Amino acid sequence: MATLAADKPAAVAPTPEAVVVRFAGDSGDGMQLTGGQFTLSTALAGNDLATFPDFPAEIRAPQGTLFGVSAFQINFGSREINTAGDAPDVLVAMNPAALKVNLDALKPGGLIIADTGEFTKRNLDKAKYDSNPIEDGSLAKWDVLAFDISALTIEAVKEFGLGNKDALRCKNMWTLGLALWMFDRDRQPIVDWLNAKFAKSPEIAGANIAALNAGHAYGETAEISGPLKKLHIDPWPTPPGLYRTITGAEAVSLGLVAGAKLAGLPMFFGGYPITPASAILHHLARLKEFGVTTFQAEDEIAAICAAIGASYAGQLGVTSSSGPGIALKGEAMGLAIITELPLVIVNSQRGGPSTGLPTKTEQSDLYQAVYGRNGDAPLPVIAACSPADVFECAIEACRIAVQYMTPVILLTDGYIANAAEPWKVPDPNSFEPFPVSFQTENNNEGGNVLPYKRNEKGARPWIKPGTPELMHRIGGIEKHDGTGNIDYDPANHQAMTDARKGKIDGIAKELVPQGVTLGEEGGKLAVVGWGSTFGPIRRAVDNCRKKGLDVSHIHFRHVWPLPANSGELLRKFDKVLVPEMNTGQFKTVLRDQLLIDAKPFNKVSGQPFKIAELEAAIEKMLEE
Amino acid sequence: MNDMTPIETTLKDWETDQEVRWCPGCGDYAILKAVQRTLPQLGADPKNTVFVSGIGCSSRFPYYIESYGFHTIHGRAPAFATGIKLANPELDVWLVTGDGDGLSIGGNHLMHVLRRNLNVQIMLFNNEIYGLTKGQYSPTSRVGTKTPSTPIGSVDRPAQPCAFALGSGARFVARGFDVSKNLPEVLKAAHAHQGAAFIEIFQNCIVYNKDVFHDFAAPKGAEDQQLWLADGEPMLFAGGTKGLKFDREECCLKVVDVVDGDWEAAGVACHDVANRALAHMLVELPFGEFPMALGVLYDDPRPTFESAVVAEKEQASTGKKADLAELFARGQTWTVGGTAQDPI
Repeated sequence: MATLAADKPAAVAPTPEAVVVRFAGDSGDGMQLTGGQFTLSTALAGNDLATFPDFPAEIRAPQGTLFGVSAFQINFGSREINTAGDAPDVLVAMNPAALKVNLDALKPGGLIIADTGEFTKRNLDKAKYDSNPIEDGSLAKWDVLAFDISALTIEAVKEFGLGNKDALRCKNMWTLGLALWMFDRDRQPIVDWLNAKFAKSPEIAGANIAALNAGHAYGETAEISGPLKKLHIDPWPTPPGLYRTITGAEAVSLGLVAGAKLAGLPMFFGGYPITPASAILHHLARLKEFGVTTFQAEDEIAAICAAIGASYAGQLGVTSSSGPGIALKGEAMGLAIITELPLVIVNSQRGGPSTGLPTKTEQSDLYQAVYGRNGDAPLPVIAACSPADVFECAIEACRIAVQYMTPVILLTDGYIANAAEPWKVPDPNSFEPFPVSFQTENNNEGGNVLPYKRNEKGARPWIKPGTPELMHRIGGIEKHDGTGNIDYDPANHQAMTDARKGKIDGIAKELVPQGVTLGEEGGKLAVVGWGSTFGPIRRAVDNCRKKGLDVSHIHFRHVWPLPANSGELLRKFDKVLVPEMNTGQFKTVLRDQLLIDAKPFNKVSGQPFKIAELEAAIEKMLEE
Repeated sequence: MNDMTPIETTLKDWETDQEVRWCPGCGDYAILKAVQRTLPQLGADPKNTVFVSGIGCSSRFPYYIESYGFHTIHGRAPAFATGIKLANPELDVWLVTGDGDGLSIGGNHLMHVLRRNLNVQIMLFNNEIYGLTKGQYSPTSRVGTKTPSTPIGSVDRPAQPCAFALGSGARFVARGFDVSKNLPEVLKAAHAHQGAAFIEIFQNCIVYNKDVFHDFAAPKGAEDQQLWLADGEPMLFAGGTKGLKFDREECCLKVVDVVDGDWEAAGVACHDVANRALAHMLVELPFGEFPMALGVLYDDPRPTFESAVVAEKEQASTGKKADLAELFARGQTWTVGGTAQDPI
């Protein structure tokens, strides 16, 4: 990652390959909005990008406080971007607290843009600064561009006659204007967006546009002296086609809609509000014309039970939550397993245990997904690695659910749910349909229907209530192989347990064989990952390989069951390193399932891995 | 409850090949027979009928009815039924629950299914005890009930199922008991009601809580303690020698004697199933001082949950095309090699 031109005054700024910008301010300053619009502008400029929204759990934390800081980081460049970036090149700090909280991450020599209008005694006190850092020389190792953004904004929007408070609300657009100037961006899409957003109050739209333009104009004049330089990042050469930005929450919703359509089924979504999973419920609630019914249940348990009820009645039942809610759904998952009904369960993981860190990211629910139910209760677990990937994973989850008559867990996390990346809009016709055929004929001539008669995949028939002559009873008590009647016979329980396990194990055989994501199929070190660590691992392995190190990256989408060739593949490496944002859960699964000496590398701070951390771990592992 | 073509069936058609496994003499047998007797009278169609239950003795019920049946998990039957009805509103869904299943572990779901007014029949078998787990006290057990978990006697006040239902917003509340010959009529009224129909059925657990309802539900000799309610009819009991009068001063119901059948002279009030205030009084009548109010206590329908969900979905879908390509490309897009497009 390149650094912004720090050498001054005369040097021409070299064009960097990638830049990391972090917008930080009070949670009321509109930083997420600023970041979102900057992301859009970046995408329109043709750069590859990754974002990391980092906001407090409090809805409106007290103004100016350290815990009320909200930040949005974006990494964009003319090359492939895998992460939101280790260290920002540019930090926009809208107040002292934002500066304090984010300063440590800033790259040495990086640029600080600060609003001096907010660096008042009161705000400095709230941020626990004894003296003003802008004036006391403590920022010497960075370039500082400090000026009164507040006053400049008020001046810029004067003609619209807003009160002081409303005028200051335009500060984020002023800052965005400056950022657009810095990176040579077109303002028009943002102007269009503002006009659309504030269509009902043209004076607010006008004020925001004026602030945007003023920020942009300021760049022109400020360029003359000081550290501010205009930078143009070339577009990233991507395959031709139609693109948009997409967050994980949007992508999972679209993937579920597509999955249901490919199965030829209406979708029923049962949900209960929980961070960071609620966005999926919100998206799907607006897609009724796609045959989607959303149901906000009275609790997490009712949400999954209603989804199972809908599956029983012949729709594709889906439920979604985060760790604590998934824990509540555990018993019902067992019922879906024993009654062998299709169901998709999306877990947008967050920091745990208990309420943990609701707005931070972690991948510590793997044990819960794989092992976390009473009884021998296997189900497939799929993990998405990025906002765009979760679209395909959701389709895959729907397919496995209906083809194997099983609940499927799809793991994403807070980072994937909130982060945005460019997405090549897929052609709906490019996916292979997997239409469901319900059982409508008696499969047991001369006798009662056999609801547990299995097909070659080990799946039982799906019989909707309302089907003539196929009345039968199912439930959570162990059932007789074939008839589904209650059966406590020891040999039958053994047979049914084996059948349920065999069915899930059998999925491994039809999965695409596990491949190497980056590098060779064998060597000194395989770095194995799953979920949202994909980006940093890929970048770190790429960097190490460029240094000449013998290391490959293997990323698992199917974490349970593992693709059939997984053991064979990993055994081709001398060492296996498993970086995870937990205390080593996939490492345990690999050791358990493959009997290989997988080594853990863990981080549980609520923050994604930094590339540098991973590079250091890889180098250390190769030295040992 | 659903407008479907009546199907001709007999009691036998509703029996499964499964051996019924309740304790000999359990009140559940009588309820099962009453339901199997009622279904043909309703013209119910086995293929469109679904019995959904939670966990407990009562929840074994679906295995013995020759229709579709789903024996789910403890307390959650209302949630499963919600998914079933939203997925297919044409199905005729019966919930079977008990005092523990419906009011303890599943109290939350029972409250919300009633509040939402899902079009289902909810039969709560109340035996004031946990039977399947071998006799612990339940949320409807009376104070002082001695059980393995309350050896000195329970101390907490019991829940009143019908008061709970009414408080949760139920639009149909009825009562019956296992061996009552009137039970099929109560079930028929519940089925005729469009919306969540709540029926408390007193059920004799002969092993752990024998004859606890004997005073009003004994097969013989308890008739005088039963107040069978009928819409528009005077609230009389004890062979017409007693009735309920509304005391305007104290704003409550009182028992009055009826001489020579002249209930009007005695001031006996007539039942009005649509009177919610009256229903609140009836569900709260303390037994002993008053007879047990039985039959349809309250019946005043409102639009059902699933009809509202379906209507909203239809309205929101009107004029919209379910085009995946358009959906995928929503928001601001750009073409690599070209220029940014306007939002679709």
